[in-house]
This record gives sequence, structure tokens and C-alpha cells, in this order.
Amino acid sequence: MKTFMLGWEFPPFISGGLGTACYGLTKAMGRLGMQITFVLPKAGTGGHASHVRMLSAQGCTEIEELSELKNVTFRTIASSLRPYVASGAHGRRSMRCGSQQERESGHIHGWYWEQAGRPENYGGDMFQEIQRYAARAGEIATMEQFDIIHAHDWMTYPAGIAVAKASGKPLIVHVHSTEFDRSGEHVNQMVYDIEREGMHAAARVIAVSNYTRTIIVNRYGVPPEKVEVVYNGVESSSNGYAQALPERTDKIVLFLGRITMQKGPEYFLAAAKRVLEKIDNVKFVMAGDGDMLYRSIEQAAQLGIGHKVVFTRFLRGDDVDRIYRMADLYVMPSVSEPFGIAPLEALQRNVPVLISKQSGIAEVLKHGLKVDFWDINQMANKIAAVLKYPPLRTALRENGHVEAYRFRWEDAAARVKQIYEQTLALSV
Amino acid sequence: MASVCFYFQVHQPHRLRSYTIFDTDSNYFDNCKNAEICRKVANKCYLPSNLLLLDLIKRYRGRFRISYSITGVLLEQLEMYAPEVLTTFQDLAGTGCVEFLTETYYHSLSFLYSRDEFIEQIEAHKRSMQRLFGQTPRVFRNTELIYNNALAEVVEEIGCDALLAEGADHILGGRSPNFIYRPPNCRKLKLLLKNYRLSDDIAFRFSDRNWSEWPVKADKFASWINAVNGNGHVVNLFMDYETFGEHQWETTGIFDFLQHLPAEVLKHPDNDFKTLSEAVAAYDAMDVIDVPYTVSWADIERDLSAWLGNPMQESALAELYRLRRKVKSTEDENIIADWRKLQTSDHFYYMCTKYFADGDVHKYFNPYDSPYDSYINFMNVLDNLNSRCSKAIRQKGGTVFSVPVGQTLQSQT
Repeated sequence: MKTFMLGWEFPPFISGGLGTACYGLTKAMGRLGMQITFVLPKAGTGGHASHVRMLSAQGCTEIEELSELKNVTFRTIASSLRPYVASGAHGRRSMRCGSQQERESGHIHGWYWEQAGRPENYGGDMFQEIQRYAARAGEIATMEQFDIIHAHDWMTYPAGIAVAKASGKPLIVHVHSTEFDRSGEHVNQMVYDIEREGMHAAARVIAVSNYTRTIIVNRYGVPPEKVEVVYNGVESSSNGYAQALPERTDKIVLFLGRITMQKGPEYFLAAAKRVLEKIDNVKFVMAGDGDMLYRSIEQAAQLGIGHKVVFTRFLRGDDVDRIYRMADLYVMPSVSEPFGIAPLEALQRNVPVLISKQSGIAEVLKHGLKVDFWDINQMANKIAAVLKYPPLRTALRENGHVEAYRFRWEDAAARVKQIYEQTLALSV
Repeated sequence: MASVCFYFQVHQPHRLRSYTIFDTDSNYFDNCKNAEICRKVANKCYLPSNLLLLDLIKRYRGRFRISYSITGVLLEQLEMYAPEVLTTFQDLAGTGCVEFLTETYYHSLSFLYSRDEFIEQIEAHKRSMQRLFGQTPRVFRNTELIYNNALAEVVEEIGCDALLAEGADHILGGRSPNFIYRPPNCRKLKLLLKNYRLSDDIAFRFSDRNWSEWPVKADKFASWINAVNGNGHVVNLFMDYETFGEHQWETTGIFDFLQHLPAEVLKHPDNDFKTLSEAVAAYDAMDVIDVPYTVSWADIERDLSAWLGNPMQESALAELYRLRRKVKSTEDENIIADWRKLQTSDHFYYMCTKYFADGDVHKYFNPYDSPYDSYINFMNVLDNLNSRCSKAIRQKGGTVFSVPVGQTLQSQT
């Protein structure tokens, strides 16, 4: 079985949450012996690791992976725009920085392509770019043999639809996030329309959680029987060499991710304020950049806890490992999180987690504390409990660490294979 | 001779309300929810079962006999929320065919932590039995059938005739649970062992359609009891009373089964029903059962791991019992009562992470979303109780014992 896969991010060229997920899934599918042609926009110059070789071919670029990715061939489309990326000049707008690939790539990544802190503003050029991607993907498709089309997130849906029409092969769209997660109720109508059209045109829709599946069914009107849930996996993190940690007397509660509306930084700070009413020797670390960074710094000052909140800005490489190793608790207060791989990465590094119930991961992770993102009182209560009662920390850490390794891309890939087979059986 | 000995455990804890670190009042218990659950279980189980058993006792004119152990914490709740249940228990006591056992009033694990506390709670429970049912219990049952040799010695010292334990395979070592045994180092105390196969056939498997014996009617079950005749003296059917109508719903036919069981059992001329004291009086101990390590009736492990299997449970229990001296020195009845209600084993069962990922029986009986939430809630309450003690002692002009609760941090308050 051969898959024509359409993505927008892929390490080391471009990687964010979407890129990390595409990488993990593709690699595992390749190991299962599935053949994949992966089409993605070429991400400017440089930044790719040495284990990837690029071959030029007819205006497109073919990249052959040499060691890690079996059975995967890449085709890139030159693109001047990187809609899910905010790096270099846009360095302030950054995002989660957990995975090894990202740290190696040395990029700073953002979910949004955004201007002046207005996340709903995707910019007119991007829609042209997406149409161009669709057209070029269609051309590449005529040179390829495949059985099924698999498109990751809305930017690739128009391409998926075009290829499906031209080839007559079934389309599967994979929803890693929706416009409602990214923009709350202030959805960008054009993005929503593209998402909706893709979901309806697809033979099957893969959602990364039941949480996301519900949004797909309720907000996009997709028949429930068409939507399958495939949970993400997490790559095993190789804990780096042990570096001496600075001496500290304070406990550390960690927020690590983009400081944007979606990630709920204001709830984290409000909870911090309440915790500090009860416990003194604790510091709250916010690691990351984003369009709400300055607002968050102001909020901390207004709450009178400025001296207790440390903003590290975007961390990379060993600094990520170090901050994890210093942390007593990782908090993910997301307002809307389709999956949420970061808590699993924290658990792999032996940091207990408190996660928002408005996330996909909260459905499946047992050994973590959970709270509604808006319930400041409970969030503070649970943070304080972890700091006050060491056996709680021990139990969460030990059980959670074991559980985090149960989220395997191999299982996700096997499930995707099953969905392919069912889809192909129906379309014959 | 095969004497069927029914013993029903009747218990509901005082469940805690959601109590955060920011709460400062001393209302720890969710009285609304406790009342609601108490009434629900009363209607589904306690009342219909009591009435049915009363009827059977009358119909068989003393030939149908049973035993109960009712916890003090449930009796308190019944008096408040379902007094009619208490009345029917008193009617049962009045038939002369019903025996009431004794246990720790608070359904606690105190035996493992404080002998003095353990004995005080048994005394309190005995007083309740005398006051409510006019009986002085002679047979002891420890929380969750937790048992070892040392327990037997203590129970003999306080003057009981017998005590109960799980008839676990590894303590029987090939012997039958259908005889009466004796603990080592005890002169007259006898040991009654639960026949867990036949007990669980009713308590757990009765409605299981995947069970090869399903459905079990009274005649079939009686035939299994008849099979004991000639190679056993007793058939100890020990189970939660909530089996009838709550764990096994009425629609499973559980009440119908119970109603027809006496007649089917009594069809065999060598069978009878006995209360536990009667069984102990009628049969000699056959052998010594040596249990140096602790057993219980819980889970497949039959050990303490449901209450003492992780660091949270261990710390919660240790912190709780560490407060004993301080709590008692307040001489404040409310504080002492609250502290004792916190000893009920259910609170620690909720903290069990053993099967958490599988979500089974532990989840079914658990009011919390996770064991972590239950631990946090419990520790917040305990922390408040600790400060209440300090305050009460200061008001009395005494010296406060320094017993910090789980605190590694200096609290600002």
C-alpha cells in the first residue's frame, strides 16, 4: 500500500507540534512497511540536518532520507512563505520547544502565522500560497503511484481535494488542530471554510482525540461515523548528560510552551497568585515566547507577584532539559488543546503534570492531575498540594513516567493502517 | 452436618466534601451526598433486604438464622437519614435469630497503627450494639477482614469467642475453609474462615452472564452446600450487605434467590443455619491456622495493598495516626469525632492506584475522579484538623505538640 501524504511541516525543515506529529507518525508507518511519498513546502534555506539528502527534480525537490526514515520519500515545493512558522525576524512569536528534532534544527517555531499579535490575521498571501501548493502537489501526484491520500491540517486540504479529484483515490484528512483551538471563538472564516470543505470531501477524518472529534462533529457538521480517533505517540526522549543544576531553595512550577491565548497563560498566573497566598518559597517559571508574552509580564506585575515569576523566553537544547529537571511540577493550562504532547515529554523527564481538562491528552492520561482551565481555585489547590505533599509528587512522577511511554507512534501507525484498509475496502 | 453461616457487612463511610487548601471551616463531610447515598442504598438494599429476611425468619420459625456487622459510622447516618432502616434492624434483633458482631466503630485500620485506639473503637461499637440492639457482641470482625496472628491475640484479650478471616488459599494450605480453626498462641479463641468461592458466587458472580454456572438459582446453590456435607461443618458466606439490590440489582433476581434459598438448603436433613456464635459453640476447632503476615478479603492479592499500597496511602495514614495524642489532648469532642471519621478505610481505598489504569471495582466505589484528587482532598482536611487542634490547645492554655502535616514548606498562614 502506498500513501501520498501532504504536510506543511516536517523536521528538520519546519517543525512545530504538527511537524513533530508528522515525523513520528511517518517514521512509524515506514517501519510497518508502508510506502509514503511526503509532499511539503520547502522551508527556505539551510536548517536541515546532515542525514537528509536533497535531490533536484523538475522544479520540485526530492529528498531521500538515508537512515532514520524507512520507506519514506520526500518531495518539496519551493515556497517563499511559512505560514505555521515564526522564526528569525519573528522570533518573539515562538512555541513549544520540547522535542529533540526541534532542538537540533535550531529553529524557533510558531503555530500561527500572525501579525501584530492578532492571531486571526493569517495574511492574504498565505491563501495564494496554499492554492499554489495544491496546484504543485497535483502535478507531483501525476508522477506518482499511490493508493490513498493523507492530508495533515487545513493548509493541505485543498491539495488533498485536488489530488483526490485527479486520481480518483480516497482522501483522508488528519486534524491536528482546528480553527477553534487556535483562535477561540474569533475564527477566521476562510480557514474555517477550508477546514470544513476538506473534512466533508474526505472519505475518513482522523482526529487526534475525542475532544477534537467532538469539535469536528459539532462545529463542522461532519457525520460522527466518519471520524476516527488516533492518539498521537511521543518519541522517547534521550535524557542528556547530567549537568549540574544551580542551587535553589525554592520549588519550581513550570509553564513551557507558546505564551498565547490558546495555552492559557493568564490562568497560570492567576493560579500562581493564589498559591503564593499559601506558600512562599516557590517560583513560577514561564518558558516560551508568544504574542501574550508582554501582556503576561504586565499581568504578573499587576498581581504583585512579579518577583515570583520568571520569564525565560524561548529555551532550546540543553536548557529545556535543565528547566525540566529543576521543575517540581509542569502545568499545561490550555484553553483548548487538541492533543497535548508536552505533558508526556515532561513525564518522560520525571516531572509530574497538571493538565487542563480541555485537552485531548486529559482523556487518556491517567496519572496526571486534571483541572478545568478556568477553575483557578482548583488549579491553585492542586499546585499547592504537589508542593506541600511529597508523596503526591512521588506517586504522580513514578506512575506518570511509566504511563508516558505507553503512547507509542507504532500503535498510532497501526491504527492508521487499519483505517486505510477499511477506507480502501469501502471505496472499491 | 453443614451449617450455613451468613454474615453481612453493612457499611457506608462519611464521604468528604471537596476541600481545598483555601477552605478554613471545619465542615469536612458532604452531608448532602451522604444523605442521598444513604437513602438510595436504603431503598434499593437495606429496607427490602431487611423486610425479606424478617419475613424468612418468621416463616421458618427460628430455623433461618443470620449475622450482621454494622459499622458505627453507618448507624450514625441511618439515625439521621433513614431511621426506618434502623427500626427494621431492631426488629431483626428482636427475633432472637440474628446476631450482631463487633468491629471498630469507624471501620478503621487502627489495628495497624494504634492498639489503644483500636480497643477504644471496639468498645464504642460494643456500646452501640448494646444500646440499639440489646446485644453484647461475642464475635469480632476486623475492617475488610484484615487478619494476622497478632490480631487474634488482642481479640482474645478483650474477651471475644471468635473472629473472622478470609479463607485465602495460601493461609489454608490445602485445608478446607468449612471447618473451625484456632489461631496459634490462643487458648479458646476460634477462627471462622470465609468460603470465598461460594460467597463470591453470590456477591460477585451472581449476575455474570459469562460465568459458566450462570444463572444460579437457589436449588443449584443449595446443591453446592449439600456437597459440603460429610466433609465440613460450616459454610461461611460472608459478604457485603449491599450485594442485595445495590451491587446485584433487583432485576438480576438476587432477592428471589435469597427468598428461596432457606427452603432449598433445609430440604437436606443434615443442613441448618447458624449464627456465628452458635457455630463456634457447636463445633470444635480442627487445626491451628498460622498467619504471621497480614491478609484481607480485598482484590486478588488478599493483602493490604488496596489501602496501603502506595506512598500517598502510607503517608496519609501515618500522618493521621501521628496526630492521635494531639487530637485527644484537645478534649474537644467534635475534633476527636472528626479525626475518627477520617480513619474510615474507604478514604484510603479511594487513593489506591493499583488498578487505576484498568478502571474496575475500585473505580465503581470511588467518588473521586482519581486517587490523586482523593489524596489531596484528604490531606487538606487533615491539615485543617491539625491547625484546629493547635488552636484548641492554645485556647485551653496548653502546650501545642508540634505535629506538622506533610509540610515540607513553611506555610505563610
